[in-house]
Amino acid sequence: MSEVKYSKEHEWIKLDGEEVTIGITKHATEMLGDIVFAELPEKGSNVDKDGTAGVVESTKAASDVYTPVSGEVIDTNQMIVDDPSKINEDPEESAWFFKLKIKDKSEMDSLMSKEEYEKFAKETSA
Amino acid sequence: MSIKKTSLNNLHIKYGAKLVEFAGYQMPIQYKDGIIQEHKYTRSHSGIFDVSHMGQLFISGGDDLTNDLEKIFPADLKKLKTNQSKYSFLMNNKGGIQDDLIITKTSDGFLIILNAACKYNDYEVIKSKLDNQYKLNLDESLSLIALQGPEAKNVLNKVIPGCDSLKFMNGNNYVYKNEKVYITRSGYTGEDGFEISIKHSDAETFVESLIENGSKLIGLGARDTLRMEAGLCLYGNDLDNDTSPIEANLKWAIPKSRIETEFVGSEVLKNQFQSGVKKLRVGIKPDSKVIARGNTKIYNDKNQEIGKVTSGTFGPSVEHPIAMGYVDNSYSTVNTKIFLEVRGKKIPANICNLPFYKKNYVKGEINV
Repeated sequence: MSEVKYSKEHEWIKLDGEEVTIGITKHATEMLGDIVFAELPEKGSNVDKDGTAGVVESTKAASDVYTPVSGEVIDTNQMIVDDPSKINEDPEESAWFFKLKIKDKSEMDSLMSKEEYEKFAKETSA
Repeated sequence: MSIKKTSLNNLHIKYGAKLVEFAGYQMPIQYKDGIIQEHKYTRSHSGIFDVSHMGQLFISGGDDLTNDLEKIFPADLKKLKTNQSKYSFLMNNKGGIQDDLIITKTSDGFLIILNAACKYNDYEVIKSKLDNQYKLNLDESLSLIALQGPEAKNVLNKVIPGCDSLKFMNGNNYVYKNEKVYITRSGYTGEDGFEISIKHSDAETFVESLIENGSKLIGLGARDTLRMEAGLCLYGNDLDNDTSPIEANLKWAIPKSRIETEFVGSEVLKNQFQSGVKKLRVGIKPDSKVIARGNTKIYNDKNQEIGKVTSGTFGPSVEHPIAMGYVDNSYSTVNTKIFLEVRGKKIPANICNLPFYKKNYVKGEINV
């Protein structure tokens, strides 16, 4: 069964074998408002844990997207580049951002469970 | 200083506003629908904007008032008919803009609508320049509500009959619930619309009746995207103390009859009229989907810095990133290729005409 974890930067990350899929949470999209631009990392590039791996912009402001784990970018979701509003519609399923071949699975350990993230999101937005 | 609330604060909360501090007031940045839907609803139907944070300065008393105000503002106030409005500026001695404002001639003087963040300073400056000879009232007992969009006239006419006969940049007195309201036909969205000055105690019921007739509350977020598409300046972003109306490409707001006369900043302006300016405000359209926001540096094709962006966003009606900013005058011609530095990359863009969105009163026309 695949495991989903969450970061303090409001990314979700799903581990499936050696592969992880990363996107931003519904809570993040609610804070950002209407998303009108998305920039993704280059396929084949390497990204480091907590480093910048993309950008989302709402009508109001730009925000960096971070990667919660290190790895090689093996796929990116062109759909959200072509139509960034999909990120508001379905952030935790079809509007994923990028997939990595994970470098070190232990980097997943420090991330939050769904329950922990929900509590964190509630406390930080209050 | 504690944060101020407008008379519509409870209504903002009732309709799900996300509230932020703006110019010392708690104001709605958006409601439940979000900026894009709010923007589009204003363009297709009508939107209600709480602009009660703006200053409503009434000046009256004395036969020389018009003359004395012309020593401050570069507008042709002598030619202004009662209830007619003009866009103008409060300038400093260097010709820099301290505030941009709308002056309306009233039956006993003038009403000046001031930007929220500038209003107290404007009041002091104007009062001292008038040598305390006149009665100045920065009236904080009144709310100010804007209704904008193609349906604005129909909606408002149901609530306050007769106001659809107002002409653009004209105002008049009307009655709402046995109280006097002052309405002007004006706005900040590129749409037809009105601004209604009304007692605080009547503001909430008035807005509820606009909502009952089909309008929706719109936040400051959509107000910003609407004004950018319309090519209109925001004081503090696109206009400031170091920028003159000529540099801001607002020469049209200074009538020819005033160029040879004296007012605050007139020497600088006269000189700029004759010799031109070094920098000029232009419209900017990025080639790609990348958004260049305020303070983005602008370069020419030789990698030399030639200016900076002062406002930029995604235009929901033109469905493309839009921006405006100041460039060295030699790069201000439409279709000049420029480059915007966003996150370390040089993004190609073109100088373009303003506005990005132009209303032709039958249907919206897109200019990008």
